[in-house]
Amino acid sequence: MTGSWHELTLIVNEVPLRTTVPARRLLSDCLRHDLGLTGTHVGCEHGVCGACTVLVDGVPMRSCLLLAVSVDGQAITTVEGLAGPDGELSAVQQAFQDCHGLQCGFCTPGFLTTITAGLIGCPDPTADDAREMIGGNLCRCTGYLNIVAAVLRAAELTRARSGEVADAAVDSGQVP
Amino acid sequence: MKPSAFDYRRPEQLDEAIDLLGELGPDAKVLAGGQSLLPLLSMRLAAPKHLLDINRIAQLDFVSCGADGVRVGALARHAALERDAGARAVQPLLSAALAMVAHPTIRNRGTTVGSIVHADPAAEMPAVLCLLGGSITAMSTNGQRIICASEFFLGPLESALWESELAVEAFFPALPPQSGTAFAEISRRHGDYAVCGVAGLVTLDDDLRISVARAGYLSVSATPLVLDLTDAVSGRTFDGDLSAAGGLASAAVDPEPDIHATADYRRHLVGVLTNRVIVGAAHRAAREITGNGATQALPMPGAQP
Ligand SMILES: Cc1cc2nc3c(=O)[nH]c(=O)nc-3n(C[C@H](O)[C@H](O)[C@H](O)COP(=O)(O)OP(=O)(O)OC[C@H]3O[C@@H](n4cnc5c(N)ncnc54)[C@H](O)[C@@H]3O)c2cc1C
Ligand code: FES
Ligand code: FES
Repeated sequence: MTGSWHELTLIVNEVPLRTTVPARRLLSDCLRHDLGLTGTHVGCEHGVCGACTVLVDGVPMRSCLLLAVSVDGQAITTVEGLAGPDGELSAVQQAFQDCHGLQCGFCTPGFLTTITAGLIGCPDPTADDAREMIGGNLCRCTGYLNIVAAVLRAAELTRARSGEVADAAVDSGQVP
Repeated sequence: MKPSAFDYRRPEQLDEAIDLLGELGPDAKVLAGGQSLLPLLSMRLAAPKHLLDINRIAQLDFVSCGADGVRVGALARHAALERDAGARAVQPLLSAALAMVAHPTIRNRGTTVGSIVHADPAAEMPAVLCLLGGSITAMSTNGQRIICASEFFLGPLESALWESELAVEAFFPALPPQSGTAFAEISRRHGDYAVCGVAGLVTLDDDLRISVARAGYLSVSATPLVLDLTDAVSGRTFDGDLSAAGGLASAAVDPEPDIHATADYRRHLVGVLTNRVIVGAAHRAAREITGNGATQALPMPGAQP
């Protein structure tokens, strides 16, 4: 028995992508194998490590615990979608670089997506908030301290960048 | 680590889902958040022929609060219930316990009703449902029935739901007057399933003396366990020595050992955590009665709200 097949559209990093998958295809495998987006990493495949975390309509979820067909039509943000169109690193990516928040990088896509969404809900985190934010992601290299520092740095960078945006708007006369 | 093949159906209407479930019979499994089912499928511990995805049945996505309690639809995610301000006011134990369910990312997808139906003895919400005396509403082509919590959990991962039934909502009764609740658990790592967890409920009389003390336990028995601890502490003031509650509880449980903890260690945790939640719940009940006045300055013992 091969099970049912489904044609679906995923809006991945703002681009609608169509593909046809068997019902049993995990979203993580659909992204990596069907759509060729290998930035999403697969560690444990049962929800424990967090490496496969993507944003579904902006909300962090484990792509290894979702069927691709189940999120048909929804917006998926993967690590490939975090940088700006010109390749400028997002605040969270820049903070990971600044703080040396990665070593082998295997866990990093899951951390970046989780923290990107986490800082929207908690824009001014304490170190404890940062630990809670990344509590569901495993990293076997860094010992977490630099990742916690990167969360705090990312919040700082986000504030600075939104300040720049506001300043630019004032300079250009868009805002009084 | 890949699921075996299955046919997938995704009804958008509740009656369509009920009919499909009746038609497909025991070869079908309901897919809610998938946070327990997907690991089982990937590890091939389950291999259903049909999967019935209820994620698009908007009708089931609700949390509704009334004076009597909180109704939680089958599609309400743990995170939505945890954040719901109305639910926090009507029954604060819900958000306190939900904060201990896995990690936020899992709670964004997993449903509270799904976790109750899954009936894992280490899960928080089944124990909370039992302590509060809540119920599950189930629907099938034969109609609707309400199953009370005390009859819902039959064994580890085994509920009283028939194969043709969909659980449509869970009902958690409101906090009774002059009462407080608290939740505490110990796990190996933050976010893991608990080695032992306890939810406590205390009601005080007008003199701030204990009239009811009950606790619900996870990870100490095959199904959630509720103990009435009133005899141990009845008539004591809320800030008196309540440690007899822990003594009674640890004598009453008969936990199994596993790789995470010996039976003795679990029994020890039952005593310690029981005292923590009973003291915490008693203090909250006192605050409820005195309206944040006389008791506000009292140190809160280390229990979650
Ligand atoms: C890493 C990790 C850690 C976790 N830690 C915890 C924890 O500490 N505590 C805890 O309580 N849980 C934990 N969970 C489980 C989580 O809470 C799940 O969300 C929950 O157990 C199941 O809910 P679900 O909606 O995902 O159900 P699913 O996985 O979709 O379903 C679970 C089972 O219930 C059935 N089912 C679901 N909904 C219905 C319905 N409405 N009617 C009939 N049948 C139904 C399904 O057929 C299936 O058999 C963890 C999960 C993971 C991946
Ligand atoms: S691969 Fe999904 S959580 Fe580990
Ligand atoms: S950097 Fe290697 S696992 Fe995190």
